[in-house]
Amino acid sequence: MQKYIIRRILQFIPMLFLITVVVFGLAKAAPGDVLTGEMLDPNIPPEVYEIRREALGLNDPIYVQYWTWLASVSKADFGMSMQYSGRTVIELIQARIMNTLYLSLFALAITLAISIPIGIYSATKKYSLFDYGATTFAFLGLATPNFFAGLLAIYVFAFWLGWFPAQGTTTAIGLSGFELFLDKLRHLVLPGFTLGLASTAAYMRYMRTEILEVKGSDFIRTARAKGLSNQSVLYKHTLRNSLIPIITLLGLEFGTLLSGAIITERVFNYPGLGTLFINSITNRDYPVIMAINLILAITILIGNLLADIFYAVVDPRIRYD
Amino acid sequence: MKINKELLKVKGLKTHFFMDGKIAKAVDGVDFTLNKGETLAIVGESGSGKSITSLSIMRLIPSPPGKILDNSSIKLENRELLTLSEKDMRKVRGNEIGMIFQEPMTSLNPVFTIGNQIAETLIKHKKMKKKQANQRAVELLKVVGFARAEEIVHEYPHQLSGGMRQRAMIAIAMSCDPKLLIADEPTTALDVTIQSQILDLMIEMKEKFDSSILLITHDLGVVAEVADRVLVMYGGQIVEEAQVRDLFTKPMHPYTRGLLDSIPNLDTDVKRLKSIRGTVPPAHRFPEGCRFAPRCDHVMDQCTAANPELLQREESHKVRCYLYES
Ligand SMILES: Nc1ncnc2c1ncn2[C@@H]1O[C@H](COP(=O)(O)OP(=O)(O)OP(=O)(O)O)[C@@H](O)[C@H]1O
Ligand SMILES: [Mg+2]
Repeated sequence: MQKYIIRRILQFIPMLFLITVVVFGLAKAAPGDVLTGEMLDPNIPPEVYEIRREALGLNDPIYVQYWTWLASVSKADFGMSMQYSGRTVIELIQARIMNTLYLSLFALAITLAISIPIGIYSATKKYSLFDYGATTFAFLGLATPNFFAGLLAIYVFAFWLGWFPAQGTTTAIGLSGFELFLDKLRHLVLPGFTLGLASTAAYMRYMRTEILEVKGSDFIRTARAKGLSNQSVLYKHTLRNSLIPIITLLGLEFGTLLSGAIITERVFNYPGLGTLFINSITNRDYPVIMAINLILAITILIGNLLADIFYAVVDPRIRYD
Repeated sequence: MKINKELLKVKGLKTHFFMDGKIAKAVDGVDFTLNKGETLAIVGESGSGKSITSLSIMRLIPSPPGKILDNSSIKLENRELLTLSEKDMRKVRGNEIGMIFQEPMTSLNPVFTIGNQIAETLIKHKKMKKKQANQRAVELLKVVGFARAEEIVHEYPHQLSGGMRQRAMIAIAMSCDPKLLIADEPTTALDVTIQSQILDLMIEMKEKFDSSILLITHDLGVVAEVADRVLVMYGGQIVEEAQVRDLFTKPMHPYTRGLLDSIPNLDTDVKRLKSIRGTVPPAHRFPEGCRFAPRCDHVMDQCTAANPELLQREESHKVRCYLYES
């Protein structure tokens, strides 16, 4: 297992290299650069921009620019932001990454807390009113785009009912301790549910399908023939097998959450990596774009690796060597 | 000396499946008795209702769509099983009746160790502590012939071969010292060499635990090897019931004779094996009259008019056929 993990991590290196090459190329292929927006100011002569371009290295051939970037990243130097002058990329990310992490974990927590019990209950009460309700919710949840669900949530729960704040991470300054925690939690509710909506819907369906599938297995018949109670047939024999594919999917959920966060954060004006990412794309701030992309890529790769490791943990038939 | 020799008494058992308008009469009026210490075999082609009979005894019929009809009766030592509460029935399953299935590959839960799956039954029925149950699991594995029982308890089903898994299944089924072992085609999925080992083991276990066996099979060779008495099933009903010797030497029902003719025999040199023409009718469309009539070489007018009764013709030999009604 250890060897397997090390081998997998080593495989990350060429993958990350390829990913950065492609993203760098795409980022550069977009027209304009970080100075394009500023050039509308007629009081500054164009030569000034040319000098700044030269200084930023934006006039170098693209492979030179990539090489320069790669060389500094390999020394853990992600460079300076181009849109926020004087700030390093690391600073910008540090200020926001925890917010995104909280949002994602919160969304993941509600996804699991809601989808798994509902999925199980739907499966045990197949074709009941509850099951139909859950199915309808699942299809709506899957069909509703993130931004729309977000806007709807803001309209209903923030604007109309006024239960939860619609934006930011905290309201009042000066809160501390438990009060601050509660306040932050309240701010997480709407973006968290919005971000988790599609996954909740999907996992509900997976869980239901898996339970029903496993229920028909021969070993479940054996378990019943052993005289076990319905509880132990369901929670021990059925659930453990039904969770195997779900746990594998969880590893892949990291990518879904992070990419979902980009839109959700934007809708809720939530100061996380997603908002920073969108601003950086608009401003062609490619050191920031590249850094965030690297974070996304690494998270997704680690997620995939975790999925495979979990898989071996829950399913004794899977062994890596 | 007739001091309650009857262990299991099935009377008028009807198990039907109700599916959008159609009724599949999988088991349609089955009567038989299984005596203590006996090995009773049920034979019949695929779809004749053997498995549904055994699952009905365990009350494990998937419902809906299946239902054991009222007026059916299944008595274990004079206790009616069909009216027991689900809770009491669970005390019968795995405890008083052990069961093993055809597919040893899929009948064990892949994510739990063999030890866990044996111990579970002991903890449930014998109220053992975990540690005690685990020790007993090792003993049981030794009893069913595992030399490395201490290691096997920690292994998972996929680490064992088919024959070994069936041994483990037998260990589970026998763990609570059941009065009855139901084996639904226990050797069908196994290698021929392994088959007789498993059969021998079952008989050995029956003797050792002072139990009885209801053996379901479509293999008359298996019947000849281990059974004391045989029920021949066709179309959800019993068509012949006999001592094993009588069934092979003087079969009565044309269906039984057909089955016997279709087994290879080394003594007589035949070019081709005979087979019974036609196929088993689906359980939702049985013919009027005798259910075997459309395939029978001896069919008479009355056969298509009404279904004959299962009647005693000789000592402990019953048959459901008009040929013997004169
Ligand atoms: N779940 C079910 N739903 C509907 N009909 C069923 C169901 N299970 C069994 N049946 C019906 O019951 C009939 C008898 O099935 P059963 O499994 O008892 O046959 P069998 O004699 O055990 O055959 P085999 O040798 O193939 O195991 C089948 O032909 C089928 O029509
Ligand atoms: Mg069967």
